[in-house]
Amino acid sequence: MIQVLAFYLFAAVVIASAALTILSRNPVHAVLWLIMAFFNAAGLMLLAGAEFIAMLLVIVYVGAVAVLFLFVVMMLDIDFAELRAGVVRYAAVGAALAVALAAEIVIAVGAWQAGGLSLGRRLAPVDAETPNIEAIGKLLYSRYLLAFEAAGLVLLVAMIGAIVLTHRQRGDVHRQKVGRQVRRRAKDAVRKTNPTVGQGVEL
Amino acid sequence: MSAYLPMTDAFEWFGLPYGWAWFLATIIGILLIALPLMLAVAMIIYVDRKIWAAMALRRGPNVVGPWGLLQSFADGLKVFLQETIIPSAANKILFLLAPIITFTVALIVWAVVPFDAGVVLSDINVGLLYVLAASSLGVYGIILAGWASNSKYPFYSAIRAAAQMVSYEVSIGFVLIAVVLWAGSFNLSAIVEAQRGYYAEFLGVGINGNFINPLLFPMAIVFFISSLAETQRAPFDLTEAESELVAGYQTEYSSMSFALYWLGEYANVILMCTLNATLFWGGYLPPIDWAPLYYVPGILWLFAKILFFFFCFSWVKATVPRYRYDQLMRLGWKIFLPLSLFFVFLVSGFLMWQRVGLPA
Repeated sequence: MIQVLAFYLFAAVVIASAALTILSRNPVHAVLWLIMAFFNAAGLMLLAGAEFIAMLLVIVYVGAVAVLFLFVVMMLDIDFAELRAGVVRYAAVGAALAVALAAEIVIAVGAWQAGGLSLGRRLAPVDAETPNIEAIGKLLYSRYLLAFEAAGLVLLVAMIGAIVLTHRQRGDVHRQKVGRQVRRRAKDAVRKTNPTVGQGVEL
Repeated sequence: MSAYLPMTDAFEWFGLPYGWAWFLATIIGILLIALPLMLAVAMIIYVDRKIWAAMALRRGPNVVGPWGLLQSFADGLKVFLQETIIPSAANKILFLLAPIITFTVALIVWAVVPFDAGVVLSDINVGLLYVLAASSLGVYGIILAGWASNSKYPFYSAIRAAAQMVSYEVSIGFVLIAVVLWAGSFNLSAIVEAQRGYYAEFLGVGINGNFINPLLFPMAIVFFISSLAETQRAPFDLTEAESELVAGYQTEYSSMSFALYWLGEYANVILMCTLNATLFWGGYLPPIDWAPLYYVPGILWLFAKILFFFFCFSWVKATVPRYRYDQLMRLGWKIFLPLSLFFVFLVSGFLMWQRVGLPA
């Protein structure tokens, strides 16, 4: 009973906030609605018994990725009227995407109704007793080891690529020399003087 | 296994159906944590001010109540009676939502903190991930406050906070991985139990706490310093550096919305002290694995450790000057990140060597 209620609550909020993500006029509000959608999707994952995925969704997407989105979007000066002018130009592409997605949903539901796939059957069955971190770990490091390592490599390459693309040497910056700052002692920097009145200090 | 299971049974015994009994017991469990926590926050603010004053050779709050004990309540009453001022250029909804987020996030993490063996509101198997998830939400309260205030100092502060918290969460994540690898579980109670009885075979009595483990001790230090940065306490309080940013993200806040930040901030500080105690210093276990010490309830050991870490937090606040922003980033990315990564490598290597042996 409470699971059903929670499911409909989370699902409704996910759909509503996803819609508001693309409908809201203010880009910061759009990102915030996106975060709301992520958060409730994590709730759905919890209901499905995938607590590890749910936590990762919150940590990675809500806690890191969306913060950076928000960070960037807050600093942008976006004129939404200008952006909206492009809607007509891209309307055809958008409509094609929408039709493709709708068709996929219809096919999926149709296939499910026809009984073509049994959702209970899994490629890698796990027993209910194993916590799902362990279950995922066992599979990732045995059966899907190659794919997992390849994904890791792809991420590494992407990371190096991002650094290479944005890194540039600039000559006009003042760099902090930490070693020199730490080595500096009071006797090198401070001089005690006892000037007579009216004399002042020689610098 | 949760503390409120007996409570659920008790309500069922009174004739309530299981669902309602569970619901009532959970609500009572939440209140049993949240209300004392609020009291603890009020008292810890007093303690903080007293320690800070003592280190500055002042007397600190000493007027309201005996020894000034009621100072925080007087402050609370004052803020409660003030007018809530919302700047006319602010985004009203987000402006009011931001302190609520900070406060809520500071409270929800307590659901998985074990106060004694089995005394925990929600004994979930992804406990530490939940802690990490909730603490990564904390940054939103600050970013939103900065942006919704529509004022430049709060905005600078929000940008600083976002960069700072995201940076230090990376090294905190690696530190937690090292601890989790050692304990073999994400469950906080299991992590505490895994710290029982270090070196019992050499010393006769074991020492409780990961800090004695040479592979984890450096991580305890990194975690302590990162938790200072994560809670934006001095010397990492660049988000509210009063000489540069007025009061940072709180600049435009007044009355209760300001008080929520205040409470949330200190609740976070207590939480970080608790995590330090739980992950590295044996949590609710006594310091030495010696039977008579177990007569003292675990919750008292935990409180003693929390107070010790809070004292350290105040001590640091009173004595260490504020970092420059580039120093903060250097410490997070160039020192803590490689160090914690290296220790994850060491810990996992050591555990593999213990369990599997050296590769042939």
